[in-house]
Amino acid sequence: MSAAVAVAILVAGGVFLVLQRGLVRLTLGFVMLTNAANLILLASGGMAQRNPPLVGVGSTENAADPLPQAFVLTAIVISFGITIFLFSLVRSGRDDDTEDDP
Amino acid sequence: MSAQTIPLAVAAPLLAAAVLALVRRPVVRRAVLFGVLAALTVYYAALVATVADGTVLAVHIGGPPGGVAVTFAVDAFSALMLTATSLVTLLCAAFAVGTGDDDRHWFAPLVLILTAGVAGALSTSDLFNLFVFLEVTLVPSYVLVMMSDDRRRGPAARVYITASLLASTLFVTGVALAYGTAGTTSLAALAPAEVQAAGAVLLTALAVKAALVPVHGWLAQSYPYASPAVAAMFSALHTKVGLYAIYRIYTLMLDGEPAFGPVAVAVCVLSIAVGAFAALGQVEMRPILSFSMVSTNGYIALGAALAGPVGLAAGIFYLLNDIAIKGALFMSVGAVEHRYGTGRLSGLGGLARREPLVALAFLVPALSLAGMPPFSGFVAKFALVRAAMSEGQHYAAAIAVIAGLLTLAAMVKIWQRAFVAARDRRAPAVAGVRFALVVPALILGGVTVVLGLGGDWLLALCDTAGHGLADPTDYEKAVLGP
Repeated sequence: MSAAVAVAILVAGGVFLVLQRGLVRLTLGFVMLTNAANLILLASGGMAQRNPPLVGVGSTENAADPLPQAFVLTAIVISFGITIFLFSLVRSGRDDDTEDDP
Repeated sequence: MSAQTIPLAVAAPLLAAAVLALVRRPVVRRAVLFGVLAALTVYYAALVATVADGTVLAVHIGGPPGGVAVTFAVDAFSALMLTATSLVTLLCAAFAVGTGDDDRHWFAPLVLILTAGVAGALSTSDLFNLFVFLEVTLVPSYVLVMMSDDRRRGPAARVYITASLLASTLFVTGVALAYGTAGTTSLAALAPAEVQAAGAVLLTALAVKAALVPVHGWLAQSYPYASPAVAAMFSALHTKVGLYAIYRIYTLMLDGEPAFGPVAVAVCVLSIAVGAFAALGQVEMRPILSFSMVSTNGYIALGAALAGPVGLAAGIFYLLNDIAIKGALFMSVGAVEHRYGTGRLSGLGGLARREPLVALAFLVPALSLAGMPPFSGFVAKFALVRAAMSEGQHYAAAIAVIAGLLTLAAMVKIWQRAFVAARDRRAPAVAGVRFALVVPALILGGVTVVLGLGGDWLLALCDTAGHGLADPTDYEKAVLGP
């Protein structure tokens, strides 16, 4: 339940920011959207499973599914790289997106 | 041809890109780039010969099959797509050397990473792996699309990056939903009943990527303003990989009958119609081509929406045919733009007399795109319309034929204003287009002529591919183990 609420807030904020003027707001919006996608990936493993997915550490009852965690790691790295690229775009160019309407 | 070499074909361009990032001498860069691309084309052609009888080559990397392993599986569809994309990438790289895009020392490594991403995406059988390889395809393209002399490249790059990021985020959400409902992300192991909702999200993301209506707007705002060689490469790669993924995922969701049948056909028909109409209204060459790309992507997606082996085979033939045609069109138009400095139809004229080779390089693919015999575009359209009629989609078939006429009108518009009409006398004199720039487009034009006159062998291969998609038991057996 809390994961669903968190995803909803992130997506709402992300969509709002993506539709704003200015590359910085666009980038922050995508940070929020990709984090929402990562949360959905984590949640797909079953939110009731909370124990570490390691053999010999704690009980194997409710051990978390390791595959979504591997997915999320990959997705975080990808979104991080793209965020860096977007911020470099902000840095490099004149941001013609924030000029006032004629 | 062993299945073990399939991941090697994905790793080799990546390693070559890493090596080239350190190399500064242009001769070595070009040698490695063309060497790798040529080797890949030959390798994939050999792979087509191996899988032509319907066998599926599969290799598992790490772990037991069907579970945690990453599986690469190549069937006839994948092998055909791999050959076509690597051949066109090779020709576009040659074109880029001609236009001087190759001078930037990071162009060759980025193109190699792009090739590795496409190779991986077209040969993987796992959804999350597909997402990763789609990202590997997209990230170099974000840099390549910025690499243009056009003043309008800033907004164009922004639109392209935003739309692609949106598609990627939606796609990974779909993968998460698929894993959550089915417990697996392997394309061979997903059952149709489990994957309907996740499949809808995935197909929406892929529709953005393939520029189908109503999410097609980004295509004509970004491709015309990238550099000509980059636009040609993208036209043959990105949307086509998206359409390949649509074929794979849509056929997964079939449960004896097409999933979301009327909606899927409606989206395709809208794309065909809107793209053809919008192309007529543009005043520059590349926006006309971009909108007609929306239209042809609609045709290709219609092949998937028709969902029987006949429809799938027709769609696959159209897809392969379109990779060659779009590459040729963007390269011939790009050669004109590169030399004459503008793509506006009002700024050009009389090219048929000054540049007869460029005129030929444009005319042949343009007529093929419009579906005129004896070119391969006619064969493809005919097969698709016949498949639509046999599945009972009479309206779709009618609109497909009418849109073909509209596309012909758009191509005639370019031909008339840029090639036949006299050039403005006040325009400054310009030297002719170099022969090296025209050769790749001429080669692809030759391909479309050959396929039009004697393409039976390719139709038979597409038939095998279509049957392999419609009846995936061989694919599942190869991936999941007997």
